[in-house]
Amino acid sequence: MDPNLNHNDSDVILSTKKPFSERFKKGAKQWLDVSPFLLIGLAGASIFVIYPLIKGIVMSFQDYNIIPGAESPFVGLENYKKAFSDPAFAYAVRNTFLNTVVTVPINWFLGLFFAVLINIQFVKYKITFRTLYYLPIITSWIVVAFLFRYLFADGEDGLINFLLVNLGLVDEPISWLQNQWTAMIVIWLFHIWKTVGWTVVIYLAALQGIPKNLYEAAAIDGASGIKAFRFVTIPMLRPITAFVIINLIMGAFNFFPQVYFITNGGPMGQTEVLQSMIYKQAFSNFNFGYSSALGVMMGLTIFLITLTQQKKLSNQKFM
Amino acid sequence: MNGNVFSKLIVYLFLILGVLVFITPFIYMVMTTFINGAYSLPKPQEVFTAVPNLENYEIVWNKNSFFRYFLNSLLVAGVATIGSVFLGALTAYAFVRFTFPGKELLFRIFLFTMMIPLVLAIVPQFTVIKNLGLVNTYWGLWLLYIGGGVVGSTFFLRGFFETVPKELEESILMDGGGNWTIFRRIYLPLSKPALGTMAIFSFSGTWDEYFVALTIIKDEAMRTLPIALMMFQGKYASNWSWIFAASLIAILPVIIIYIIFQKKFVQSGHSEGAVKG
Repeated sequence: MDPNLNHNDSDVILSTKKPFSERFKKGAKQWLDVSPFLLIGLAGASIFVIYPLIKGIVMSFQDYNIIPGAESPFVGLENYKKAFSDPAFAYAVRNTFLNTVVTVPINWFLGLFFAVLINIQFVKYKITFRTLYYLPIITSWIVVAFLFRYLFADGEDGLINFLLVNLGLVDEPISWLQNQWTAMIVIWLFHIWKTVGWTVVIYLAALQGIPKNLYEAAAIDGASGIKAFRFVTIPMLRPITAFVIINLIMGAFNFFPQVYFITNGGPMGQTEVLQSMIYKQAFSNFNFGYSSALGVMMGLTIFLITLTQQKKLSNQKFM
Repeated sequence: MNGNVFSKLIVYLFLILGVLVFITPFIYMVMTTFINGAYSLPKPQEVFTAVPNLENYEIVWNKNSFFRYFLNSLLVAGVATIGSVFLGALTAYAFVRFTFPGKELLFRIFLFTMMIPLVLAIVPQFTVIKNLGLVNTYWGLWLLYIGGGVVGSTFFLRGFFETVPKELEESILMDGGGNWTIFRRIYLPLSKPALGTMAIFSFSGTWDEYFVALTIIKDEAMRTLPIALMMFQGKYASNWSWIFAASLIAILPVIIIYIIFQKKFVQSGHSEGAVKG
């Protein structure tokens, strides 16, 4: 993790023997050297990331008032209590949970599946496949949302309804966005279609990084095809899999444009998720304290879920 | 050669099925823009038989000062990209090449903020910009995009900077060059693919950014494309040909950049983190 490890060790040994004033001088000199490169970035991160995060936590205990000079009294856990009696919060939690449980495994499986297929030796046009699979990722969320609303339009003229009716899969055109569960299905399909390319590209890079001689060694031991996949590929992919799963979970928790642009929480708030609720509570209803409390709870949940994987992630060489 | 004809066929079948799922919606969208005078949802038969023409693109381009919003977005995303790449490179260089007291702690704090969803920060970020008097200015947007994204871009570039061999520095040091020379002559040129990839992520992220731009920019003439697109859609809700003509113009710059540079893409784990807005 530390590139200057060797260098560092000798420093530490030396510096523990030196008196404080000298160590201080050395440290000050080091800071002087690094500051032209570090300070702007540090200031940016402090002002626009670290401070706002801390402030967000403080605000969650306040009845926050954005008008300058107005009182923002501390209200203890009031904002948190409010959440648990808010039916919208119940929907948001349920949907955030469902989004994660539904999309993460599908996204993971499809990503790995297509990456493995593209990586098979005899497959030609690998880069073309990769480019096409990645196309939705680089397309704007808003545009893809328009597109999905168009494809899943009500009545028999929406393309999806048209196909389903003509293939005889359904008798009546479906009103996709008018019903809770069909709307959720559209949101899930939208998310998977838009983001699965990322998983494909990451796994493809990982697969191409597996040394060829491992497969040769496996072949000598009589393992090829599916056996080689099981005993070479899967173990070699394990660290990447941890990384991919964390990112997929965070992505599923961070559902926001998916809902905001497709249903905007409707019908009747039944497809609302935590992020869209946080945003709306702040910028439509001006409940900044309440919004922050929701944010803290969500942040804590993500943090705890990914805690076990974080060490792996921080040592991750794969970038 | 691996596998027999039958298994090859199955593999290609799946791959092409995947391509169809990804590409058909795009084709359907493009075909829709060729329909003239569509004031309601067009029938699939109409869409598939539409004759290519650019009439809707012309109409959209001249409507609602679309061109102006296009330029606004170009300016916003352009400056944010250059700023993010430059600041990310500086900060990553500081972490990779220097030893200083508190480095480990600072690094952990940076890492920690990447685990926390930034929605939590969006309200205080807004108040910071408000207190600086930068609401309704591009400076407000740039500061949030660049400052808010610096952690992600630092992590991304750090991985590449670490692979730069230390021995290369010696020749510069012998010629009497300092830290800046090493940064400019060694780290930047050797990390070109990584810097380029970061630039693309950063550009597409800010080009598409909606929520921050919506809260910071109030003046109609200063709006960016994503907001203009949403307004446009609100105004011509059922004219899908116009909506998609406008959409395609809006995504074209990013798609072109991507197709030109995609062979040089370096893989990254931080496609989301590059620009956290």
